[in-house]
Amino acid sequence: MAILCDKNTRLLVQGLGKMGQFHAKLSLEYGTKVVGAVAPGKGGTVVDGLPIFNTVREAKLRTGANASVIFVPPPGAADAILEAADAELDLAVCITEGIPVIDMARAKAALSGTKTRLLGPNCPGVVTPDQCRIGIMPAQITRPGPVGVVSRSGTLTYEAVDQLSRLGIGQSTCVGIGGDPVIGTTFVDTLRMFEADPQTKAVVLIGEIGGSAEETAAEFVKSRMTKPVVAFIAGQNAPPGKRMGHAGAIIAGGKGRAADKIAALERAGVLVARSPANIGETLAKRCPGLAG
Amino acid sequence: MNIHEYQAKALLRAYGVGVPEGKLATTPAEAEVAARALDCDVVVVKAQVHAGGRGKAGGIKLARSAAEAKKVASEILGMTLHSHQTGPEGKIVHKVYVEAGSDIARELYLAILLDRAAEKFALIASTEGGMEIEEVAERAPEKVLTVHVDPALGLQPFHARRIGFWLGLDPAQVKKFEVFLSGLFRLYLERDASLVEINPLVVTEQGELLALDAKLNFDDNALYRQAEIRDLRDPEEEDPREREAKEIDLAYVGLEGDIGCMVNGAGLAMATLDMIQLSGGRPANFLDAGGGADKEKVKQAFKLILRDPAVRAILVNIFGGIVRCDLIAEGVVAAASELGVKVPLVVRLQGTNAREGREILAKSGLNLTPAETLAEAAEKIVTAARAATGS
Repeated sequence: MAILCDKNTRLLVQGLGKMGQFHAKLSLEYGTKVVGAVAPGKGGTVVDGLPIFNTVREAKLRTGANASVIFVPPPGAADAILEAADAELDLAVCITEGIPVIDMARAKAALSGTKTRLLGPNCPGVVTPDQCRIGIMPAQITRPGPVGVVSRSGTLTYEAVDQLSRLGIGQSTCVGIGGDPVIGTTFVDTLRMFEADPQTKAVVLIGEIGGSAEETAAEFVKSRMTKPVVAFIAGQNAPPGKRMGHAGAIIAGGKGRAADKIAALERAGVLVARSPANIGETLAKRCPGLAG
Repeated sequence: MNIHEYQAKALLRAYGVGVPEGKLATTPAEAEVAARALDCDVVVVKAQVHAGGRGKAGGIKLARSAAEAKKVASEILGMTLHSHQTGPEGKIVHKVYVEAGSDIARELYLAILLDRAAEKFALIASTEGGMEIEEVAERAPEKVLTVHVDPALGLQPFHARRIGFWLGLDPAQVKKFEVFLSGLFRLYLERDASLVEINPLVVTEQGELLALDAKLNFDDNALYRQAEIRDLRDPEEEDPREREAKEIDLAYVGLEGDIGCMVNGAGLAMATLDMIQLSGGRPANFLDAGGGADKEKVKQAFKLILRDPAVRAILVNIFGGIVRCDLIAEGVVAAASELGVKVPLVVRLQGTNAREGREILAKSGLNLTPAETLAEAAEKIVTAARAATGS
């Protein structure tokens, strides 16, 4: 078991630019069942061995796909998400960075009531070690095991996963939920899935300044979770009012500070690593015996 | 992206939202002409800078004649305005907005923004206009009303009625408020604003609704489709290094320490700053080189970091996913030799093609310190910076 994706996932690629092609190839090499791509106007052709379709509906019908990864540039990305939902895929993972927030607010509202789960946008994707890679993560640093990883950041996810793997602690699934103000799958959604997943024995949560997602996650951990959670919050020294790279990472009006998030998590019984270099060790300390 | 009050008011006017008459002036003589043209008992001369708290800082003054408008304009133009939002260095005033005075009966507050937690648009209203809304919310939360708007549905007339009657407007004023709010909301959506804040929204003695001050922020991600808004950018209001970084597609925020940082990814970049602080050092900047970092971009990033005279050492921390460490290494070598980098360098490469990258660095003959882990990198850079300052 794992969450979001596994060896049975059949993946489409929406947006076959340079990056889409490059990562489709890496995912295939990793063993992911990439079954086709959607590039409007190029239907009927074949690129790198992948059959190309004009629409997501057609691609699903012909390939039996149940998930897609979206590399469509910002002006068309929200539309691509909605097309995936209209085709009733189970999962759409949007990698695109820089989607206008109003487009995402509307798309998110439109997704409620559909069967499609959105991951992202502006996220690195999801990896279930040795089974399925969707997105852009360097999957070679992962190893299968009992720890679920969920993060708002891309490269910091790699840092955490790498620390776990070096300690011999494997992962059930590594999930990047993205750094934008409006995202499809939240910390709470992911924690709920990890709590229900028999393979997952503990969770690492990587948050950052801005918004209140970590505080909401803390509430959920406190009231609903039986599995241990350790965390790290990036941006302990970020100045207020400055956007730290991610559109969502900004301390505004005295809200979204790292200190408040750390306090909320600790009140929920979460062990919070103070140093980004100690995320793996903190997990090992909280849950001895997970290495294997 | 921020714009000036005079630009915001022109936009409001275009959307049918009531604002006082006003004119822009860049010299005292122009302010005098503007005041005369407005032809009213009192005019207000307002400094145009991207910061709140202008009134208390002496950037807003009343004048009862054109001659007096000229005099106060000469005091405001060229002044360095210091408020809680300008930073310690303050902001130099290059323009003033000369505006007709209003007979104020009531001062209210109105804003539109995205409520991230609810994932809906939020209309925020208060009977306490002219104050900092955060302060009002803290002190008297019952005086702040938040009404959510479903993004799939948009603003409905009942939203305006609910807020209007809650604010204690009379039925005729509520009608006017519906027009006022729907104009603001259309502006918010059509122009990809991230914040529309009217503080204060005044009710005049004559029962009119006017936006006495207006703060508009826009979503940087949407500027590609907002050419008119893009043209309102005032480069003098932006940190020159942050502006330059934006032009070469890097995210840069200047800080006050002496350790320059180049990292890929916003989260890892923030964590790197945290790590340096924990190790006893002080970072000079946040820099996210992004997913498309290559040789040329690394060089540009080095140039930007070195522009800061406080930088005593530079840490490169790359965890390659999309980014290839060999390309980063080539960039570091090129930058170090072509730019003549004299400060100590600590370089940590992990992830995609890290081994190839480390080989390139080792063969370059450059005097740089490699690091394997984040903790080791931070320790080495802090030691290097200390040695460089001789303390």
